[in-house]
This record gives sequence, C-alpha cells and structure tokens, in this order.
Amino acid sequence: MIYSDKVMEHFSNPRNVGTLPDADGVGQVGNPVCGDMMTFYIKVKDDRLADVKFQTFGCGAAIAVSSMVSEMALGKTLDEAVKISNDSVAEELGGLPKNKMHCSNLGADALHKAIEDYRAKRAAGVRKGEAQVAHPAQKTDQGCPYCDGPIEGIEEYCKKCQVELEECAHCGELTNKNAEECTHCGARIA
Amino acid sequence: MKRIYFDHIAATPLHPEAFEAMLPFLKEKYGNAQSLHSLGQEASLAVEDARAAVAALVNADPAELVFSASGSEANNLAVKGLALARRDKGKHIVLSAIEHSSVLNAASSLDKLGFKTTLVPVDGTGLVDPAQVEKALTKETVLVSVMLANSEVGTIEPIAEIASICRARAVAIHTDAVAAVGSIPVDVRALNVDALSLAGDQFYGPKGSAALFVKKGTRLQPLVDGGIQEAGRRGGAENVPAIVGMGQAAEVARRLLPERAERLRLLRGRLLDDLPRRAAEVVVTGHRERRLPHQASFCIRFVEGEGMLLHLDMKGIAVSSGSACTSKSLKASHVLLAMGLDHATAQGSIVFSLIEGATAADIDYVLAEFPPIIERLRKMSPLYTEYLKERSS
Repeated sequence: MIYSDKVMEHFSNPRNVGTLPDADGVGQVGNPVCGDMMTFYIKVKDDRLADVKFQTFGCGAAIAVSSMVSEMALGKTLDEAVKISNDSVAEELGGLPKNKMHCSNLGADALHKAIEDYRAKRAAGVRKGEAQVAHPAQKTDQGCPYCDGPIEGIEEYCKKCQVELEECAHCGELTNKNAEECTHCGARIA
Repeated sequence: MKRIYFDHIAATPLHPEAFEAMLPFLKEKYGNAQSLHSLGQEASLAVEDARAAVAALVNADPAELVFSASGSEANNLAVKGLALARRDKGKHIVLSAIEHSSVLNAASSLDKLGFKTTLVPVDGTGLVDPAQVEKALTKETVLVSVMLANSEVGTIEPIAEIASICRARAVAIHTDAVAAVGSIPVDVRALNVDALSLAGDQFYGPKGSAALFVKKGTRLQPLVDGGIQEAGRRGGAENVPAIVGMGQAAEVARRLLPERAERLRLLRGRLLDDLPRRAAEVVVTGHRERRLPHQASFCIRFVEGEGMLLHLDMKGIAVSSGSACTSKSLKASHVLLAMGLDHATAQGSIVFSLIEGATAADIDYVLAEFPPIIERLRKMSPLYTEYLKERSS
C-alpha cells in the first residue's frame, strides 16, 4: 500500500464530512485539473471553531488530509487553527507519498481560506473596508508535482520526468510551465 | 474475502502451461541460445519453437519476429527503428493522440534529431478516422503509428484502412497491438502493416516477454547494438525462460481465443449494461461495438478514480483508473482528454478488464459492491453537491 495505516484509516472513515448551510466561513482550494478539490465550512463561537465540515473530490490522500485537518481544527481558537500547516497535517498522518504532497495536501489551505472568509465577512460587517490580510500558504519544497522526483530549490524542469516547471505567480508553488492552470491553486498561467 | 482480479490491462496471470514450460529453463536448461554446445542448442531450439508459436498467433513468418523485454521496448524499436532508417527520406511522423506513452515519447525523443510529429485526433468513442490520417501525411512523412486497440477505453482502430492509405503513399506503418494480441484475432497480413508490437503479459505469458513483428524486407535501425541475436536487430542474450513462456501462452491463446473472447464478452456486456442502470451519471467510455471483448470502462461523474480504486480493493476487487491521482505523473489520462471529456469527468475513470476464469458471480459481486462505493464518495464530493444544487434550481 502506498499509504500509511493512519491515512487509510481516515480515508475509510473520514470525520466531519458534510456541509454547513449556515456556515460562518467557507474556503475552497484545488480544481478538477489536478484532481483534488476541497471545501471547508466552519462555524465560529467565541473565536473558536465550534464546528468544521468538509467535502472533498480527490484521491485517498486528499480525503484523509481533509479528515485530519477537520479533526485537528475542531475546538481550536482561530489563531491556533491558522497555525495548522500542510506539513503538520502530513506529519500527523504518518507521512504522505512525495508526489501527493503538492496536489493533495491542501486541507490546511482550505481551512485557512474558510477562516479568512469568516474574518473578512466580520471585518466587512464591523469595520467596513478593513479585511484581514490573508494567511500565506506554507510552501512545501517536497519535489516535482508530477512525479516523486527530487527538486532542489527552483529548477526549470524536473530531471526525473522532464516536465518543465515554473513558480506559479499566484501561489508560488512549482507547477507545469506548459499547463493552462496551476496544479496547486488552479490559477490561469499566462 | 473474495478476490477478483479485473486488471487484465495491467498484467495477466501466468497460464499454468506457460509456467510449466518455463520451469526447466529456470533450472537445468540454462544454456545461452547462441552457444554451440548441446545446452546452448537446447535453448536455441526452444527459442525458435516459441518464435514459431508467437508468429502463428499473428500469422507472421517466424523470421519476422524480434523478441524484446517489454511492449514498450517493442514500441520504441518500431518508432525509432523505422523512423531513423528512413531519415534521409523525411522526418515527419504521424501518430494518433491516444497512443501509449512508449509510442508518444519515443517519437518526441526524435525531436532533437529534427523530426516533427503530428497527432491525429480521435472522436468521442476513441476512434481514429483514416481520412484524418491521410490528411496529416506530408511529403516528409516516413512513419505512421496507430494502436490496434486502446486498453483504457477498449476501442479497436481501423488499422487495415489506415495501412492501405500508408501503402499507397509508401509510408511505413506500425501498430501497437499490445492490448489486442491474444484477446482478439490479429493477422499481420490482413492488417497489412510493416510492424506490430505485442506483449506476452497481455495473453497469460510472463512479464518481460514481448516481440515486434517486422515485415520481411523492412528497413529497421536497431536500438541495442550487440551480437547477432535476433538477426542483428536486437543485441543481448535471449531471455530464454520468458520467450518460452510467451511461446506456450501464444499456443494456448491460439487454441482458446474464440471461446475465451466469447465468454468474457458476455460477462463484460453485463457490466457495460448494468452499471449505468445501478448508478446515475455513469459514462461508458470507448466504442460500444468496436471494443476489446474483456474490457469495460467508465467515467463515474463527481468522484475521483483513486478513491474508488482503493475502496474496491478493500472489497477484494482489483481494477485500474486513468485519473490524475492514480498516475505517478499526476496527469489525467491523455486518452480521455483526447476523446473530449472534461478534466472533472476524466478524473472519475475506472477500467474493469476481465481475465480468464471470471464468473457471473464475480460480475454480480462487482455490481453489488460498486454502487454503494460511488454513493459514499459522492456524499463527500463538493462537485456532486454543486450538481444537486444546480439540478434542483
């Protein structure tokens, strides 16, 4: 099996699956091009995550990551929750295959987006025009997003699978230079 | 737990007759087929018997077969070997858009030598239009390569028609028949091709056994320079056990092919017909009639292939998927995209390919276990939620 027992356990019995029709914040990452999409819904009470639900279209890793993020986030204060990183989620899951680190390990990003959404809405309501600055996505220098080949720093192409790479102007992650959309965030590449 | 292996396109189990035939060549009959002593001659005779058996399966002359270590190697030898031997005449290659990566990448590796490649599109069923191949030909074209059958969507291509267009223009024609040989009748004379790739592990032979048919008198530049093995077309000591195993498997295939194909066609038909009845928004991929008899492929909308594959595996069912997540390259199947499917739909790719010994009970089991898996994954899919919302509004 390519996945750890912990990943398979979360994949088989994912926690907190669903939507929250009256969510205080919603965050979505990914797109069908790279194969993974995650939507997180949060309810906030006294600055804490009172409820977290998610829906995920994607591989085993993506489902397990979402489940783990929801479990880690539930009950935490917003400031604690934004500290959950993609790397810490992967670690908590007993590791992920290298080639899944970029595309599937987006759960923390989706959660952060939901928190951003909540804060922006509140800021708009309470102090109009002063939306909070987005929490930057953590960068993971794990390898080529197309194969599990190693990438040292910023290279123009992956030595292993020969895909031409560049940094996405939007999210800063490595993506295929010739693709129409960024593998990581789905932004259009000019 | 029940164990069902429906992943023929990845590898077939070794036929017991092939296994038995190989054993002596893994033990006491270890000679090099090029040696003059009796151990060597014993190996040489076995290799030539196997060559005759494989040739008979595709109606070739035994001398027209070059053994190789994989279907990919056979495809590489065909594309590079035929193109390079004709480079003085021109440097243009025509391929279909749904070729195996070993054909596509072999052709693109010739880019640096000045070769250009044109990809001919396919229709929504994965079918190549011979007229489109003709349109793609230029004065510079030296090689056309179109697969006989696509394993991922099952579609069988009109190779004889394409070959006669190539003949009229004196362009070499190769077909990758790895997915087809052993599963449907294949006749190199009727197809009228210059070269054809086949692999033993697609008809119950061992892994590491494959061959390229090269029509007598066809110029071919070898990839592996070495000794005089394979009439100088591929250097290196022959993999005697693998070749012997493939030979035996070819003999079995020739004997059992019609019966095997008919049995699997009936079982497979139930999957194609019944799965879309048991789950909504299931797209059958590939051509309905021009189709490999053992293959049933679908795109299950709003869910991703790997999740389905893992859940099916937990139920003891082994299958393939062309989704981005299941591939190491993390790219969705180029075959499905070439057929015009959108990315989201292509991610729901799932391929059932039946093997000998499959039963009606196996099909019942799959039809019972699979729909709840789809249901379960859709419940957690944001795309499905979106779809339900749109449908109700």
